[in-house]
Amino acid sequence: METKETVQVNNESVFNVTDLSVSYGDFVAIKNVNMDITKNKITSFIGPSGCGKSTLIRTFNRMNDLILGAKVNGTITYQGVDLYDKMVDPVQVRRRIGMVFQKPNPFPKTIKENITFGLKVNNMTDNMDDRVEKALTQAALWDEVKDDLDKNALELSGGQQQRLCIARTIAVEPDTILMDEPCSALDPVATKKIEDLMQELVKEFSILIVTHNMQQASRSSDYCAFFTTKTSDDGKRRTGELVEFNETSVMFTTPDQELTEQYISGRFG
Amino acid sequence: MLPESTEKNMSNETIISGKKAENAIKESLFLFTLYICVTIAILTLMTLIYDVLSTGTTRLTSDYEVGLITKIQIDNPVDFLTTLDSRYPDRAGIGPAFAGTVWLMIIVVSVTFPFGTGAAIYLQEFAPKNRLTRFIELNLTNLAGVPSVIYGLLGLAVFVRLAGFGRSVLSGGLTLTLLILPVVIVASREALKAVPDTIRQGALALGATKFQAVFRQVVPSAIPGMVTGMVLGLSRAIGETAPLIFMGALTYVNYFPDTPLSGFTAIPIQVYNWIGYPQAEWKETASAGIILLLGLLLIMNSIAIFIRNRYEKDL
Repeated sequence: METKETVQVNNESVFNVTDLSVSYGDFVAIKNVNMDITKNKITSFIGPSGCGKSTLIRTFNRMNDLILGAKVNGTITYQGVDLYDKMVDPVQVRRRIGMVFQKPNPFPKTIKENITFGLKVNNMTDNMDDRVEKALTQAALWDEVKDDLDKNALELSGGQQQRLCIARTIAVEPDTILMDEPCSALDPVATKKIEDLMQELVKEFSILIVTHNMQQASRSSDYCAFFTTKTSDDGKRRTGELVEFNETSVMFTTPDQELTEQYISGRFG
Repeated sequence: MLPESTEKNMSNETIISGKKAENAIKESLFLFTLYICVTIAILTLMTLIYDVLSTGTTRLTSDYEVGLITKIQIDNPVDFLTTLDSRYPDRAGIGPAFAGTVWLMIIVVSVTFPFGTGAAIYLQEFAPKNRLTRFIELNLTNLAGVPSVIYGLLGLAVFVRLAGFGRSVLSGGLTLTLLILPVVIVASREALKAVPDTIRQGALALGATKFQAVFRQVVPSAIPGMVTGMVLGLSRAIGETAPLIFMGALTYVNYFPDTPLSGFTAIPIQVYNWIGYPQAEWKETASAGIILLLGLLLIMNSIAIFIRNRYEKDL
């Protein structure tokens, strides 16, 4: 894979992105994205609002298919398979590549049913009770809810709801978890719990996280991609672009690009 | 420090009197107007109910003093429900009309609920957003406002004549179904729209197919609203007279309907009929019929509320 700013590491790539761009109708949301995502590492996407980070992360599990007029150009392969190939079933893609959303969105059902729903639609109905317990334990929620599995999920606190969403995502045994600003609706204590959780989860899963919080990116992630917006010639539209992709420790100390340096030191965005 | 002009405006005088008093008066006036509106609405309803009850209960209880000497006399609800119509006001029962109404409601619910909610689910969740669907939506809203008599004509042409069901309770039920279908579809769509999109996205992100996401997550959340829509439709259907007369409901029936294809009458038609007779005693009989209609309505609504609560408890 020929890319501009990728650091070639010895670890396996789980995603390879080549000249990716996403447009909604005429509007190009993000373009010229080239990167390799490393397996079992945490990769963060940072950048100012509107630079297409959420749009980009949604291409990894084909959630953009749901938006009318969304078009993906370029290639994105997952373990060597082109995700947007005609023969690929988006439903299967989403089982292997899970997603946690910005605002916790548990189903209005019991805690247990939140997890069993995913198991049932994926025909993983053997030993459901054990799977529920395993998922909740991995999401660091088991101890808090083990006696209340039939409680309504909406009665949990925000942080607990988000951990429940993480639990139901990992219950279907994906190998990648996409997280779109998972902590932005949570208080600092809940945020810390989820960041600690991520460090545990990354041993088993590859994690991609979009975050507005630079401190979170610098302390939690292994690799970091910095995006920015470029205004079109008529000044009306802003299109996102990848500026730099590097190991986090490198990017936050000696970034290659000046834009990166400016953003990180708070001079814009 | 605030600019000088602001400081002047915030002097104690203005805070204590001035604006506050003015606002208080406006608010009280507004509240008063609202109270009047509520009172008018409730008083109207109370007056109607009182009028019906005071006239009709005489027919349904054994305190009734009969002027003519007759062997048979209706003096309790059970007799009233099971007796046929008669030339004499005190012997007339609402039996066949009641049975007709029940038959109609059963047919209406069995056909409207699946078709109405199914159409709503398709239009809201699966249909592509193009000109055709927008056209359909526009038509649905308009159809909800078409006078019910027109549906009677439609029922006559399509069910009585074309389909060959004749002037039967089946034709009547299907005619009423057409009448309330737009209302049910619109209400169900609103219930589906009210389910947050985050639920759909969450389900799909777990590897559910669209079908699974819609039927296992979205629809269960929308059931309370759908049931409410169904009840609203039924409440309208139960009182409809004109479309039924138009498609051939009978006005004097001396038998109970036994099959979907038999002739029938309904409570509103029977009541309308009784009111038309010159003798004063018919008023009581008619009122008794209205009481029973209200009772039926109450039972239907209670069942719907029960169903709704059962689904809302899970939420």
